[in-house]
Amino acid sequence: MNDIILLPVLIPFIVGVILILFKKNIQLQRFVSGLTSLSLVFVSIYMVYLIYQDGIMTVELGNWQAPFGIILVGDLFASIMVTLASIVAVACLFFAFQTLHPDREKYYFYPFYFFLLTGVNGSFLTGDMFNLFVFFEVMLLSSFVLIVMGRTKYQLRESFKYVVISIFGSMFFVIAIALLYSVTGTLNFAHLAERIGEVEQTGVLTVIAILFLIVFGIKGALVPLHFWLPNSYFGPPTAVAALLGGLLTKVGVYSIMRTYTLIFTHNQDFTLNIILILAGLTMFIGVIGAVSKFDFKKILAIHIISQVGYMIMGLGIFTQMAIAGAIYIIAHNMIVKTALFLYCGATEKVTGTTDLKKMSGLLKTHPQLGWLFFIAAISLAGIPPLSGFFAKFALVLGGLDAGNYFIVFVSLVVGLLTLFSMVKIFMYVFWGSPSLTPEQAKERKVGKLLLPGIPLIIISFLMGILAEPLFILLFEAADQMLDPSIYINSVLKE
Amino acid sequence: MEILMILTVGVIVSVSTYLILTKSLLRVVLGLVMLAHGAHLLFLTMAGLKEGAPPLLGEYASSYADPLPQALILTAIVIGFGVTAFLLVLSYQTYKAHKTDDLDELRGSADE
Amino acid sequence: MKTNYLMLHTITRIVSFIILSFSIFLFFAGHNNPGGGFIGGLMTAAALLLLYVSFDIKKIKKVIPFDYSTIIAWGLLIAIGTGLYSMLFGYPYLTQFFEYYTVPIFGEIGLKTALPFDLGIYLVVVAVALLSILTIAEDDT
Repeated sequence: MNDIILLPVLIPFIVGVILILFKKNIQLQRFVSGLTSLSLVFVSIYMVYLIYQDGIMTVELGNWQAPFGIILVGDLFASIMVTLASIVAVACLFFAFQTLHPDREKYYFYPFYFFLLTGVNGSFLTGDMFNLFVFFEVMLLSSFVLIVMGRTKYQLRESFKYVVISIFGSMFFVIAIALLYSVTGTLNFAHLAERIGEVEQTGVLTVIAILFLIVFGIKGALVPLHFWLPNSYFGPPTAVAALLGGLLTKVGVYSIMRTYTLIFTHNQDFTLNIILILAGLTMFIGVIGAVSKFDFKKILAIHIISQVGYMIMGLGIFTQMAIAGAIYIIAHNMIVKTALFLYCGATEKVTGTTDLKKMSGLLKTHPQLGWLFFIAAISLAGIPPLSGFFAKFALVLGGLDAGNYFIVFVSLVVGLLTLFSMVKIFMYVFWGSPSLTPEQAKERKVGKLLLPGIPLIIISFLMGILAEPLFILLFEAADQMLDPSIYINSVLKE
Repeated sequence: MEILMILTVGVIVSVSTYLILTKSLLRVVLGLVMLAHGAHLLFLTMAGLKEGAPPLLGEYASSYADPLPQALILTAIVIGFGVTAFLLVLSYQTYKAHKTDDLDELRGSADE
Repeated sequence: MKTNYLMLHTITRIVSFIILSFSIFLFFAGHNNPGGGFIGGLMTAAALLLLYVSFDIKKIKKVIPFDYSTIIAWGLLIAIGTGLYSMLFGYPYLTQFFEYYTVPIFGEIGLKTALPFDLGIYLVVVAVALLSILTIAEDDT
């Protein structure tokens, strides 16, 4: 039954390859990709259930034993992330069906969509450092293709920068892996966690830990390394921007959390402090950027940065409550941010622009769009009983228990500013006198465009209502992360 | 030998840094390729340069070379190959769309 | 002005076949000796590229009428399929099997499931290398 953790990596890969063969037949591609991504959701939910029941699962590829061969490891955190990724992917896919230009569909959109999923799921499930690099590259290469698809002048210019920054980060990744290998002589996560305790020169390890933080920070858009994100996510169509915004940065965050809970636990006074400082900066600068912009899509893109800060903050506090809160906020953020992006795309379809100053009064002409956006927006800002509230509540509680008052203060201020920027969008876009004439409004219906986002809103609502049982699951996941010996024992089977 | 390798890596990385910081698109691409080579050489050096037979079934020797870094470097080279191919096409398209390869002119205007 | 590439054409005709046959040797040498799908594929791509460079792209297109993107897909499918094959028998993904057979003339040879995997890689590498170079080269505007 362990083979089930292979499926989230293998299914998208095989389907993506097969879809290359049918590049002319777009209807077939849509049908197959819709079916596959839905089935991925069910597979990953079943995987979470199995892992919750039986504990961590491992697969040793090629029958080579754990510290020597390539292994995939599914613990609770990883499987929850895989589930979230597949939910986000389904919503974006169904939105892409309706909005994507046929030319883009012909240029291998669906194959690369699945290769992206392969990379993302692989990065979540892999059990060694080098395959993390490989899956990162699979993910990045597909994201390069998706982000440049359509080849407008703006996209080409901004994605060149994105690609160069990403490759630069990847080369640092290789260098960091080289240093880690020379110090410990292994790259398997569990084996590393064991050997790190035996290394006497912890100074070198701290340098390596910070090097990894830089690498993952570039991927996850932590503040001094975030500059590539807003412009490169602004260029591609909304379905792609939502997909990348929902998945890519979270993989960076996941890797930081994985490595810092499992491997680099030797000098936590120093490393966690740095993470906390970065978290505060990321949150604050991200939200200030969002407050200053007057473009729907750009505000959402920059908000990704400030939300990454929250996730890292949970890691920096490093208690059971805070880690559970961090996982919860990753879940909440992936769901809600995707919903917001999709409604941004619907608005763009209606008004033909993303500039806030050029639209107004959509509440009169498209009330459903307005209210759905409103629910998602207040959920992001953290109003009960939606999911955003409990996410921040857990983080604040964890921070207060651990005595990190300053970061808690910053996070609350950032929450307020988030609310401000969401209300700003709502006021500009939906209030006021309608910018569309009644004929235009009648013509430009949103009807079906709203559908992909509705399940996400329902999930956000349910996550708020069912916060109690959900946190039981997350506490379990946090316990697995805080006690590396569980991971080590189940991988090395000692 | 290690010192020679480290010096080589240092030279390669500094050349690549210089290239990445220049204004021409193509030089940036070349700089990234150089950086990749530097990183791979560094990997080879850090994993330990030692003499030994290749770790294959047919060889009966007293000492073997460590196969792991070689496998990893090969993988990294393959990935680098793909990435470079993509980057070249991308920079060519960018050059064609913007009619310039000067990164100063590709900054994007401030009001966007 | 029509230029005459007699030297280039004549040499290409000979050299490209030498490179091609060496690339096939490299491909089969893999697994226990230096070589393998990646290196063999790159060398095949080099041989084909030499043809593309010395003759015209259009002319060679007629000789090699393959769509490289489908070749990539088939190559990947072969490689994945080799891994899946072992799952049928209850082994983990990508487990290798090998068996030795005695064939007349060649003597004893080993057959391994790594070989089809390498074949997949070979096809992918050839197609990717040619596709990326031809995409730029064909674009004359």
